[in-house]
Amino acid sequence: MLLEIENLTLAYGRIEALHSVDLHVDEGEIVALIGANGAGKTTTMRGISGLLPVAGGKIRFNGEDITNLRADLRVVRGICQAPEGRGIFPGMTVLENLDMGAYTRRDSAGIAADLERVLELFPRLRERRKQPGGTLSGGEQQMLAVGRALMSRPRLLLLDEPSMGLAPMVIQQIFDIITEINQQGTTILLVEQNAQQALSRAHRGYVLETGRIVKEGSGQELLHDPAVKEAYLGVA
Amino acid sequence: MTTTTSRKRLLNGLSDATGGIGDRFRALPKWQRGLAFLAFVAFLYYLPLLGIPGLTWLRTDSIEGGNNWAGVLFVCAVYVLIAIGLNVVIGLAGLLDLGYVGFFAVGAYSVALFGSTQSPVVKALQERFDLPQGWAVAWAICIPIAIAIAMISGVLLGWPTLRLRGDYLAIVTLGFGEIIRIVVRNVSWSGGPHGVAAIPGPEGAPSADNQVFGLIDAKPWYWLALTVVLLLVLAVRRLENSRVGRAWLAVREDEDAAAVMGVYPFKYKLWAFAIGAALGGISGALFASRQGFIEPNQFNAQLSILFVAMVVVGGAGNMAGVALGAFLLAYLPERFRDFAEWRFLVFGLALVLVMLLRPQGLIPSRRRARELKDRAEEVPASV
Repeated sequence: MLLEIENLTLAYGRIEALHSVDLHVDEGEIVALIGANGAGKTTTMRGISGLLPVAGGKIRFNGEDITNLRADLRVVRGICQAPEGRGIFPGMTVLENLDMGAYTRRDSAGIAADLERVLELFPRLRERRKQPGGTLSGGEQQMLAVGRALMSRPRLLLLDEPSMGLAPMVIQQIFDIITEINQQGTTILLVEQNAQQALSRAHRGYVLETGRIVKEGSGQELLHDPAVKEAYLGVA
Repeated sequence: MTTTTSRKRLLNGLSDATGGIGDRFRALPKWQRGLAFLAFVAFLYYLPLLGIPGLTWLRTDSIEGGNNWAGVLFVCAVYVLIAIGLNVVIGLAGLLDLGYVGFFAVGAYSVALFGSTQSPVVKALQERFDLPQGWAVAWAICIPIAIAIAMISGVLLGWPTLRLRGDYLAIVTLGFGEIIRIVVRNVSWSGGPHGVAAIPGPEGAPSADNQVFGLIDAKPWYWLALTVVLLLVLAVRRLENSRVGRAWLAVREDEDAAAVMGVYPFKYKLWAFAIGAALGGISGALFASRQGFIEPNQFNAQLSILFVAMVVVGGAGNMAGVALGAFLLAYLPERFRDFAEWRFLVFGLALVLVMLLRPQGLIPSRRRARELKDRAEEVPASV
């Protein structure tokens, strides 16, 4: 097990947003965490990346207890998050943003190779490499966030709502790339409102409702589960 | 409608005027830029002797009752140094520090208390270690002491407060500046409200024997301050382009995103505070050495606000900008002394005008301008 979460409880001040959640991610998997707005998906992500202090429970990564580890040190261990929405650096150019992703690394040859790989994955970013991040379109910013996270060469990539606010065609593209990244060997934990796309790409999935996990199973199982269908896929 | 369009036109005109020069300058070959820079530096060194016909009206002693020109230039150089230091905190790391005068005071008092034969600290040391009456710490040692104490006070202030963000940090730092002043006024080991006299310069305690750094001729003082400014500008520039500089930039733009890139925001914010404080300490030390005498009321909160104004008016994040801002705010009231009584009204108006027409400052940092624009777009979207 690469990531193992036991009884995780997270809170904003005194308001508990996540109650005793158990989940795990195995090496090589894509795991999707689906749920409605306010179900606690982003909160879970922030707990795993270390941006939100843990109120209760345990997080283990690669066997090591990282429950109380600082966010920046989790990056060194190999967890990297692509934050939702405008999580890029608006005043930095595309290349500077990507360079920031490799902040913890010192192997310049490896960094150059990974930069090339990211620009292969996202040709749009190559076209706009000298442009400030803030001037990119929503989809391009999302690509930049994913590309930047890849630059740290993570063992576990956390993707927070990669499809948010994007046109259907671009969503398709983003998910194709996610699958490709996974096939190149990166484990992925994905938080999504777009359950259809997420579950059809994922090996396994969890359904989150008001801070609790109410269902888990393989991507295909959940995709064909009547309750999930009704609640998240918009079909009765 | 018409006011906004005319305002926009004015704005574009302004940025064409300044941005155009910047772009054209950057387009020049490297050796030409280097030559221009050297010529500018040479001009700065020549400035106290300024006698070019047609430019002599710039001198502050060209008006009746005007202050000694080199003395004004020295103060300008000290303010530029302050602006460079505060720019590290505000412009690079994005932390609003309203108590910067505190570090300036710490630097000034460090030199005064360790270097002056009349300071209570030196007297106590004399007694404790059986030293002769005329003994005091040498100026050359006082300066590193001042830097070290300023840095330590920066860390002490930053450690508990840098977890605060935005306005809260500003309020705490404002308090810090006042605390320093009030403590220094009320404890016995600092000379209290009477201040400290006989603060040494590079040649030791002020006396008629001083050949170069005397009380009358301010030119050597200006040249000394200018040299320090130039060296520190180069040092800060290097820092800005280093890993530390990139971390500051990332933390300033988005603290959470920086953290998930592997930057520990607290550490780099603390560094910004410590380095900014050290620069403030150096400027305070220079100021005290030249004055020969300091007292607590020279370091009031008004000065902190003036320092922030220099950075914001000049263009936070751009060293040329903040240097220009510091120079203007130090020089103009001296040159136009007839209006000295109106100075705060004029400052206020100038600040409001700059905020309305050019919120990114007179010579903006391109990056900061982009961030401002980005934030302006983000606000209506999030409402």
